[in-house]
Amino acid sequence: MTQLPGLLDTEAIRKDFPILDRTVHDGRKLVYLDNAATSQKPRQVLDALNEYYERYNANVHRGVHVLAEEATALYEGARDKVAAFINAPSRDEVIFTKNASESLNLVANMLGWADEPYRVDHETEIVITEMEHHSNIVPWQLLSQRTGAKLKWFGLTDDGRLDLSNIDEIITEKTKIVSFVLVSNILGTVNPVEKIVRRAQEVGALVLIDASQAAPHMPLDVQALQADFVAFTGHKMCGPTGIGVLWGRQELLEDLPPFLGGGEMIETVSMHSSTYAPAPHKFEAGTPPIAQAVGLGAAIDYLSAIGMDKILAHEHALTEYAVKRLLDVPDLKIIGPTTAEDRGAAISFTLGDIHPHDVGQVLDEEGIAVRVGHHCARPVCLRYGIPATTRASFYLYSTPAEIDALVDGLEHVRNFFG
Amino acid sequence: MYQEVILDHYKHPHGRGLRDGDAEVHHVNPTCGDEITLRVKYDGEQITDISYEGQGCSISQASASVLNDLLVGKELSEARKIQETFLELMQSKGRIEPDDDMEEVLEDAVAFAGVSKYPARVKCALLSWMAWKDATAQALGGAEAERKTA
Repeated sequence: MTQLPGLLDTEAIRKDFPILDRTVHDGRKLVYLDNAATSQKPRQVLDALNEYYERYNANVHRGVHVLAEEATALYEGARDKVAAFINAPSRDEVIFTKNASESLNLVANMLGWADEPYRVDHETEIVITEMEHHSNIVPWQLLSQRTGAKLKWFGLTDDGRLDLSNIDEIITEKTKIVSFVLVSNILGTVNPVEKIVRRAQEVGALVLIDASQAAPHMPLDVQALQADFVAFTGHKMCGPTGIGVLWGRQELLEDLPPFLGGGEMIETVSMHSSTYAPAPHKFEAGTPPIAQAVGLGAAIDYLSAIGMDKILAHEHALTEYAVKRLLDVPDLKIIGPTTAEDRGAAISFTLGDIHPHDVGQVLDEEGIAVRVGHHCARPVCLRYGIPATTRASFYLYSTPAEIDALVDGLEHVRNFFG
Repeated sequence: MYQEVILDHYKHPHGRGLRDGDAEVHHVNPTCGDEITLRVKYDGEQITDISYEGQGCSISQASASVLNDLLVGKELSEARKIQETFLELMQSKGRIEPDDDMEEVLEDAVAFAGVSKYPARVKCALLSWMAWKDATAQALGGAEAERKTA
């Protein structure tokens, strides 16, 4: 078995993930390399979900009975865990949403309805990048169409990085918000946050960072990032689906208007008008995803016990190994950085003229799960003139042997269609 | 799923390339980016040519090749029957085991029976067939309109 420096004890870790024992297609061992789409869940998270429903289930923040109080404590306890996990200065800066898409849409809508100095209108500009997930493109297109604000973006270099050569022309005095991804879900690129944030701060623009592919894989410190908002989702970091996070700086959350109205987000309501609860509740209308928040809290406990720095080192070692092995496959072209430098553990590639759907299907027959398509980042495919890619993405339980299985599988694909 | 027949058509497509036609359509499968540009040529109600260019997975490309094989030279009524039978097979979710009658109608196209078990791939197999149907409606619709004005 291949030993690489920095690897975690995957034999022990994999015992926590029941699904990894599964076989598919008549007894083939599952090789799960679709972690950028969603991660698998450890027993600890599954148990927390079960335990919540078996022992504590109640609606939160209302009712004086025991269950309501215990459920509220668990839900708010999950908020504390998230706040500590991302080094938020205050727990009140952590808003629970249903996923990262909702978090990103929430910011776009806060700004669309905001008063000065935050208001996005026809005299202002919005900046994104060409490597965004559709969830960080479409909300801004909508806001731009509705307000008349101009949407601008950073292009990409041939080697899969942001082209910041014209940063002063892209981010200007007119820019109200710069929203960009920390780690690309399709290219794997880790973006230079500091350079972009510094320029945004120079012109007084707000910064929103999509950390969906970062939070699961590396230490995340919202204070060090110096952003105004950070969005991510729970299901990619061992948590359940249906729970996302938006972190925002407290004074902004105080100033900015709510988006969804309903129960929980109010202070008082009359038939004429209402006043709002303070953040984060102002942005959490309706019954929240309670069990899911509790599950996310359990996921954070699980990841923290292993250590995010150790997870980062593990994935870096795997990525280095995978890049090296993939580049040896004839006709294989990596779409994105071809070294492990400033690179996450999602690797997209093309394999000669073989369509990614065929690659994915033949790999699936071998029990290897990868993602094929445009990965909700179609502009990246257009930029590189390809219809789609095959993407393999790793996590804390991934092993060098699984990368070997992928490479063998790709050899099989080539023979099959060659 | 990948029958030898499908791989043969994929590697050596029949009738590929765009030639003169009465109508041209461009169809895409947005989920995977498969694309086809297809032209049909009719002599009355007889299909004299189906020409196409496209890019995409082996299933979509092989299916276009099989379509060309099966339909060129046929009368429209017969072609419609073949198209409907193929559609029925592809929508069967793997439940139809093609019998001799079906095989007589579909010939090489029965090889796609296995594809019907994969919902994500059914659209790939149907792409060129839907394009043909659309192009036919345009070509003959246009021809009928011309006859009326003449």
